[in-house]
Amino acid sequence: MWIADNRFGMQGKGLTMKQVKESTNSLTRRKFLKGSAAAAGAAVGSGAIGGFPTIWAQEIKDIELRHLGVSYSVVKAIGDQAAKDLGFKVTMQNLDTSAAINRFITQPNSVDIADLEGWQAKLAAKRGVIQGIEVKKIKEFDNILPIFTKGEIDGAVVSRQGISPYEAMYIETPDATKLHDGVTEWATFLPQVYNADSIGYRPDLVGHPVTEWKELIDPKFKGKAAILDVPAIGIMDAALCLESADLIKYGNKGNMTKAEIDFTIDKLIELKKSGHFRATWTTFDQSVQLMAAGEVIIQSMWSPAVAAVRVKEIPCVYAPVNKKGDKEGYRGWCNGMGLMKHLTGKKLEAAYEYINWYYTGWQGAFVARYGYYSPVPTKAKPFLTAAEWDYWYDGKPAPDEIKDPYGIPMEKAGTVRDGGSFLDRVKNISCWNTLMDEAAYMNKRWNDFKVA
Amino acid sequence: MAQSAAFKRNLAGWAYVAPLVVVLIPFFVLPLIAVVAASFFETDGFGGLFPAFNLDNYTEILTSGLTFNLYYETIKFTVLTWFFSLLIGFFVAYFLVFHVRNQLLALGLFLLCTVPFWTSNIIRMISWIPLLGKEGLVNEALLKLGLIDQPLEFLLFSSFAVVVAYVHQLTIFMIVPIFNAMGRIDKRVVEAALDAGASRFDIMRLIIVPLSKSGIALGSIFVISIVMGDFFVVKVMSGGGSASVVGAFYENISVLQYPTAAASAVLLTIILVITVGLIIRFVDIRKEITR
Repeated sequence: MWIADNRFGMQGKGLTMKQVKESTNSLTRRKFLKGSAAAAGAAVGSGAIGGFPTIWAQEIKDIELRHLGVSYSVVKAIGDQAAKDLGFKVTMQNLDTSAAINRFITQPNSVDIADLEGWQAKLAAKRGVIQGIEVKKIKEFDNILPIFTKGEIDGAVVSRQGISPYEAMYIETPDATKLHDGVTEWATFLPQVYNADSIGYRPDLVGHPVTEWKELIDPKFKGKAAILDVPAIGIMDAALCLESADLIKYGNKGNMTKAEIDFTIDKLIELKKSGHFRATWTTFDQSVQLMAAGEVIIQSMWSPAVAAVRVKEIPCVYAPVNKKGDKEGYRGWCNGMGLMKHLTGKKLEAAYEYINWYYTGWQGAFVARYGYYSPVPTKAKPFLTAAEWDYWYDGKPAPDEIKDPYGIPMEKAGTVRDGGSFLDRVKNISCWNTLMDEAAYMNKRWNDFKVA
Repeated sequence: MAQSAAFKRNLAGWAYVAPLVVVLIPFFVLPLIAVVAASFFETDGFGGLFPAFNLDNYTEILTSGLTFNLYYETIKFTVLTWFFSLLIGFFVAYFLVFHVRNQLLALGLFLLCTVPFWTSNIIRMISWIPLLGKEGLVNEALLKLGLIDQPLEFLLFSSFAVVVAYVHQLTIFMIVPIFNAMGRIDKRVVEAALDAGASRFDIMRLIIVPLSKSGIALGSIFVISIVMGDFFVVKVMSGGGSASVVGAFYENISVLQYPTAAASAVLLTIILVITVGLIIRFVDIRKEITR
């Protein structure tokens, strides 16, 4: 499991599981007392939602849902809370992204709830291992942000480069294997947690604010830069850099032609041969170590990893790479929940309850505390303190000290979140995690880069 | 009568191997057959497999410059690791067998060699990072001593780091079989050679090395097959700056290119079988061990 992504770095902060449990519990209690109305609603939870009789509680207590996926999305503390609120058993199991999709496809019956990114939802639908989610049964569906349900936010159309969550979200019939462009009654997956990735850097050593991707490939950072080594998304970070430096204009960064792939990889090889990259990284922890140990001063990075470096008292900034014309912007990603095809009867009902529970706020508040967003922020808000909401969502200076989901102090009062408010960030997403049509070719060329 | 005796002997033989067969067939032979079959299949890029029974996957691999580069890297790491672990392993075993007079002490020291291996090999690999890094212990020490004025970057995230980690992890696989083989050498042979006026070098060349070769061969098989079948050490210690054969087909699996990955795996298996076959051809391990 060591190679699994660990985006919020529990190991990085040296927490024992016991500490984690304790702080989660105390947090839950505090929250419970605080937003009493909302919390009580969530705690009684789904029983009330479906209006099931008491017999329901008897029947579901033997049900076990197996939720499988990456560690930053499928979180044990969240599963435990859901189980407590819903009255059935929830087992969370973590795999890295590629192991997860392989598992869904080759052993679909060993999974109940699949943790899917947009491109994985497309694949899973194509292979027929998931069933359509009936949108009508999702109580908060209309409150889910339109980024996902309609492909727009705040009046602006969300980028369709790569596979946007909206693009991968709909199918026409529950067992359709082809995605449908446009809103339907059936969803392949429903969003759960998402964010916008960019660059992390050491402000003390870089010397000026970074707002453009091209800084990552600037010769002045030779031997001090690193890039993400997960081919499918590493190449998009590279593409953002090359586009930012005016070296190429892509038709669609998220679905390159062979010629575009060749150009990008050749450029990467050139950079590598000139000694530009100190290293490449694959896991959350690696990126934190590279930065904290002074190996690199600028690299593509995930937001909680930047926070993890700062917790070590080392200055580190998450670059706000707002869109400038057709260039720059964040690489967005979104993990959601899909229902495996074999779910039927009571277990299927429980699975719907489980999905509905995610939109009652507890989970949204939990992920907000490590820098990720909820698809229904309005529901998460009552579960956050005013200070937390100001800091994480509104981009205002934190009125109080900010703590992570496990109660560890992570930012001092007065800190402003890098990249600004929620809207500033998500409106500047210019491409989404993807699996290109030419993925096999791209992978081969990526290995050329690795071995060069 | 004679026939039934032979049959009985046969039956006993089968009974001996039965447990192994029961384990090997479902957990080794069948998966291997599946991999070989998949290597002749086609994929739709979405994880779907279609029987094509053509050699496309193999043609693609064998005509790709990438395959050559990957094997070059992997063989480079294998040869370097094999060389250094053999050098260190041989002399450690030699010391334990011929220089430590007290047998109990020798055994104690031998067990001491295994102590680092009580921790996971991942931990042992990761431990090199704070030691070899730009701001690591080695660089700090050299800087403070005034021997260098810039941190040495080749120490970490380099081929050097990969070989260091492999040698650290795998030398024990050399020590154990060589120690075992050397322990069987009759000390009187060495004494006789000394009495006959042989130099230390001659003793080493004409007695110790030839009589330890089963151990050397066994150790080599362990080290070579482990290094060639691994990708994680290369990935971490080279800082992603290098790739390996297995790493490349792991990446193939992550984008659901099962047939290509299967063909690469079959090719690697064939190359390893040939390598091990060559070693066994030069050293009859079975004979040496039962000696």
